[in-house]
Amino acid sequence: MKGLHLDRLRISRGAETLVSLDLLVAPGEVLTVMGPSGSGKSTALAAIIGTLAPPFRLEGRIWLDGVEVTPLPTRARRIGLLFQDDVLFPHLSVGGNLGFALPPGLRGAARRARIAAALEQAGLPGFADRDPATLSGGQRARVALFRTLLAEPCALLLDEPFSRLDADLREQIRSFVLDRARDRGLPVILVTHDAEDARAAGGSVISPMGLPL
Amino acid sequence: MVGPVLAGLAGTLAPAFGLMRGGPDLEAFRALAGWPGLGASVRLSLGTGLAATALALAITLMIVALLQGTSAFRLLLRLLSPLLSVPHAAVALGLAFLLSPSGWLARLVAPLAGWTAPPDLLTLNDPAGLALTAGLVVKEVPFLLLMMLAALPQTDAPRRMMVAASLGYGRGLGFVHAVLPALYRQIRLPVYAVLAYSMTAVEMAMILGPTRPATLAVQITAWMMDPALAERGRAAAAALLQLGQVAGALLGWRLMEIAAKRALARLALTGRRGARLDAPLRPLAGMLALLAVAAVALGLAGLGVWSVAGLWQFPDLAPETLTTKTWSRAAPGLAEASAMTLGLALLAVAVALGLTLACLEAEARHGLRPTTRALWLLYLPLIVPQIAFLPGLQGLALLTGAEGTPLAVAAAHVVFVLPYVFLSLAPSFRAWDGRIAIAGAALGAGENRIFWRLRLPMLLRPVLTAAAVGMAVSIGQYLPTLLIGGGRVVTLTTEAVALSSGGNRRIIGAYAILQMALPALAFAAALGLPALAFRHRRGMAVT
Repeated sequence: MKGLHLDRLRISRGAETLVSLDLLVAPGEVLTVMGPSGSGKSTALAAIIGTLAPPFRLEGRIWLDGVEVTPLPTRARRIGLLFQDDVLFPHLSVGGNLGFALPPGLRGAARRARIAAALEQAGLPGFADRDPATLSGGQRARVALFRTLLAEPCALLLDEPFSRLDADLREQIRSFVLDRARDRGLPVILVTHDAEDARAAGGSVISPMGLPL
Repeated sequence: MVGPVLAGLAGTLAPAFGLMRGGPDLEAFRALAGWPGLGASVRLSLGTGLAATALALAITLMIVALLQGTSAFRLLLRLLSPLLSVPHAAVALGLAFLLSPSGWLARLVAPLAGWTAPPDLLTLNDPAGLALTAGLVVKEVPFLLLMMLAALPQTDAPRRMMVAASLGYGRGLGFVHAVLPALYRQIRLPVYAVLAYSMTAVEMAMILGPTRPATLAVQITAWMMDPALAERGRAAAAALLQLGQVAGALLGWRLMEIAAKRALARLALTGRRGARLDAPLRPLAGMLALLAVAAVALGLAGLGVWSVAGLWQFPDLAPETLTTKTWSRAAPGLAEASAMTLGLALLAVAVALGLTLACLEAEARHGLRPTTRALWLLYLPLIVPQIAFLPGLQGLALLTGAEGTPLAVAAAHVVFVLPYVFLSLAPSFRAWDGRIAIAGAALGAGENRIFWRLRLPMLLRPVLTAAAVGMAVSIGQYLPTLLIGGGRVVTLTTEAVALSSGGNRRIIGAYAILQMALPALAFAAALGLPALAFRHRRGMAVT
């Protein structure tokens, strides 16, 4: 079964249930989980990428393209993640950031060519040697997206990735990210508190407790 | 950290009770009791230690309470790291040059007093230990200041001070009532370390302290280094006495803490505002801070000038001629001692840094939280006096045949370097943005790759700073080098202290200057290398 399947996923802390989701996100589809801060959105996200802190208890299973990823560590899940801000590695160049994500198979000139091609697609040709700190917000967001895509994920999680951008840029980057994800047929879960983001994503919108909004 | 301390203590206990000669008996204690200088020596250790700690604490508190926010305070902050990195021996030697009857102070006064020859005054090695106390104070004020500055953010000081001020309290008394109780809880361990150190300091007491009798720690060292092994028992017994004395002093200090707390509570009830105290106290705090910094700075300048001095007669303030003769003549010895000093420091720091990083990384990977008890363990080698457990470690080194080898000395240095490296690195390591690790893992990187490619390079600056702190600690070590090295491992520090009794100021100056320059170079490298490595990375600049 292709796609990201949350199979009766339930997360609780003590007696309180924070997240209850039972659904399938098909390839190329976008699911939006919306709610105010503190509503369990980030908890759901941590559970899906595998960084849930000990006080939380997780029940149910997570499947990606027919493989159960619940017992796997983050690095083996093949789920890409875009943060609220870009979290580029400040000590590496733009090319270094992309190279970090590229799987180790490619070497030498082929590797550099792949990075250059990714920068081309991101609309940032020749940026490989640039310091990420000298880029604009929109440029950084695109580098972060392509860094995530170069790791060849099978699903994409977006943690309010547009909330730090200006209104104009925000719309532009949002469609840029979602189009790339659809092109590659990735199942996408978008976590946000912003109704505009949810509407633009186009898919179904639910609360962390699984209720349609 | 507990291992070497306990093993050392056990190794001290055994000879003290005569277990090496078929005991147990109290022979060694009888021999100790038979030493006529015992009473005076014990009183001296206690007096100088308590006085130095109380003075250093009072001065530091005055600086923090009254000078914060002034330009003098900012200047002091900038001088803090260089001051801290100067080894104890170099500070003591510099101060000795300053205070001695033929030192700069006497030369300054000479025209007024009409002196044509150095006055016959006991300004150094005075029987009451005043010079020693002064030396300890100027060395410990920067340390306590650093500890307080690290603790202040956790005390909510600015808001508390504002509340006190809005109730009409002066700065000084407002600080004492509103901030001090919370602050003191945070700096209690460092204060205990200062007290234990001050009572048992060896090299400072050798250079500045009285001689007949000397402080207990100095006497123990002399017995330990006595070629006749018979004195070892007496030394071990005295080391135990010293340990008991420190324990007693710490207990006494704790009781004083409680008494002071009660007194403060009573004072608070009286509602006295102390607003008029600030006017006289602020300049006093400024003067004391200036005095502490100037004493070290002028002392070090004196060392430097003496090392290049040609003819320099009393009461001239500067030498008539300058020459590099001292340096060129001492060059072979200086080079050899420097190489040994650096080798020991690099080895000890490499081990300490490796252990610290392994500890912190394990803590991060397994989500462990350090407890207060673990912190006590870390402080143990800093609080248990060196003089109490090093004789035992020396005994063990003798038994295993490791005594006198540089490797054994480096291992002993690790015991003292590790706590400082850990305390220096841990805050930055723990404050590292955890999302970087999550981003790395989501890109498919394993924990090792995240550590080596992301965490370590991003923490290059604090890692190198911790290494520089460790280098400074190792370079300054006197007693471990002397005892575990059996006098055969010669470093700049052991040589500078050994020369100090000889009185050749030019040579002493050269050794002390190098002893001070090596840590300074380490700190310069810790600042310069990351700046160079990340010169094209604005996101890695110091903020």
